[in-house]
Amino acid sequence: MAKRESNFKNMFVTLFLVTLASSAALGFIYELTKKPINDALIYKKTLAVHIVLPEFDNDPFENVKRVPVGNDTLSVYKGSMNGEITGVAVETSSPGYGGDIRMLIGFLPDGTIREVAVLEHKETAGLGDKILKSKSDFPVQFEGKNPEHFRLAVSKDGNGDVDAITASTISSRAYCAALKKAYDAFKKSDIK
Amino acid sequence: MEYILIIISAVFVNNIVLTQFLGICPFIGVSGKVDTALGMSGAVMFVMVIATIVTYLLQHYILIPLGIPFMQTVVFILVIAALVQLVEIILKKVSPALYQALGIFLPLITTNCAILGVAILAVQKDLNLLGSVVYAISNAAGFGLALITFSGIREQLDLADIPKGMKGVPIAFIIAGLLSMAFMGFAGIVK
Amino acid sequence: MNNLKNFTKGFISENPVFVLFLGLCPTLGTSNSAINGLSMGLATTFVLVLSNLVISSISRFIPDKVRIPAYIVVIASFVTVVDFLMKAYLNTPGKNFEPSIYDQLGIFIPLIVVNCIVLGRAEAYASKNPVKSSLIDGLGMGLGFAFALFLLGSVRELLGNGSILGFKFIRGDGVLLFVSPPGAFLALGFLIMLMRMLNQRLAKN
Repeated sequence: MAKRESNFKNMFVTLFLVTLASSAALGFIYELTKKPINDALIYKKTLAVHIVLPEFDNDPFENVKRVPVGNDTLSVYKGSMNGEITGVAVETSSPGYGGDIRMLIGFLPDGTIREVAVLEHKETAGLGDKILKSKSDFPVQFEGKNPEHFRLAVSKDGNGDVDAITASTISSRAYCAALKKAYDAFKKSDIK
Repeated sequence: MEYILIIISAVFVNNIVLTQFLGICPFIGVSGKVDTALGMSGAVMFVMVIATIVTYLLQHYILIPLGIPFMQTVVFILVIAALVQLVEIILKKVSPALYQALGIFLPLITTNCAILGVAILAVQKDLNLLGSVVYAISNAAGFGLALITFSGIREQLDLADIPKGMKGVPIAFIIAGLLSMAFMGFAGIVK
Repeated sequence: MNNLKNFTKGFISENPVFVLFLGLCPTLGTSNSAINGLSMGLATTFVLVLSNLVISSISRFIPDKVRIPAYIVVIASFVTVVDFLMKAYLNTPGKNFEPSIYDQLGIFIPLIVVNCIVLGRAEAYASKNPVKSSLIDGLGMGLGFAFALFLLGSVRELLGNGSILGFKFIRGDGVLLFVSPPGAFLALGFLIMLMRMLNQRLAKN
């Protein structure tokens, strides 16, 4: 069959049909993947909450508290078992070396740090990314500590109890600053 | 202040070519001479800013109100392709001098992923219209900075004695790697 | 050209990355580990095969002057499909909260649409050839691209982390430069050189 002639009507009709077919197909795929995409996003969020909080049976995303700290506002999630508070998760962030470090901090009701999950970071591979538990033991030193007595600042700055990551003081400071902000929000939120 | 941060971050810290790897094809392809590099940078600046404005308006006044955000990729690339053609035609009529300088680079720009990349990133970053424009200008400037520096080095390289297997593209990548290393030094200047 | 040759040309003699220098942005941007390079390569293969298939079957109905925009619409649609599928099914973070594959590839997934390989094959091959050989061409070129990305990703992961696909081969941290942006340029430069030497050796025999 010969190629179709390139007159205006032919060109217009062809492009219109191709675009129509494409948008119909994409609309269909969009509807089809809508639920799995949403599920994946929710899973991402709840995964962190499950990691940092002790066991809970409520929905932490219900009644999220928004607590202002400094010129920032943090989200505070509550976990409870049979109506009794088991822990509080605070979403926090602080500018590191490569960009904002976003973390979710799990506190026990008395303010003890239970577990920290780094949600997002752009720190240098091999140096600043030692803030990840998979990369070094740096984050372990915070677990089980209560910021009431444990001073959240790098020890070589003279006013803290934190051993910084070698050659990544800026990332370590940012980590501490984010934790401190989260602890302030935890205290302010007054969840008992 | 917020805009100064966008500028410094896009030009130096997260340089679009050397750390984000967008627009590599023209970066390797048209970096033989400083003159052509200047022309290409100008053309990219021109198209990137217009494309970002147009796609911003499309996203916020057509795709979202109509509830068809899933058409984003299709619509953006079509509009950019049409836009490049349009710019070429208008430029030819309105300013033959500018067309002389930028004209031959325009057809190459449709497949320059930096244009579509910046348009999508501006939408993803949820910038407002002014922020998107600043973002586009500074990314184009970052592209220009990298391209012009690189072409300056490559001009000198013509005179150097390079091992046979390394000639041409391989040595260009090695130089780009060294340049990228130099740009890593900017990391951390934005707090 | 027979089918086998049509299929294998994409790997060495006409490799899109090492020989034709196409699709360099995703090559550099997603090859910081073997798994990322491989995922990107396979996502591109998916788009390439399906768009070659559709374009070779509809090209005779399309007037010449609107050829390119029509192809772009077809390609962009398949890119969107890949984007949605990956967002739905490859979007699970690791147990230590490493970003999901979808997040790691990020902007490079929608940018498959401007990958010169895809439009190049549509225009240069699929629009002029029957469905079956276009399909083989797309598969060969796509897998050749995936092979290049996997190779570059493996080299960078091995040198930078001492591992390939997460399996440790060398103890210790490795040369971190190779997983950071400059390492992408350096590793690719040396790989192109090696591939060039290999091709010359093959041509001689």
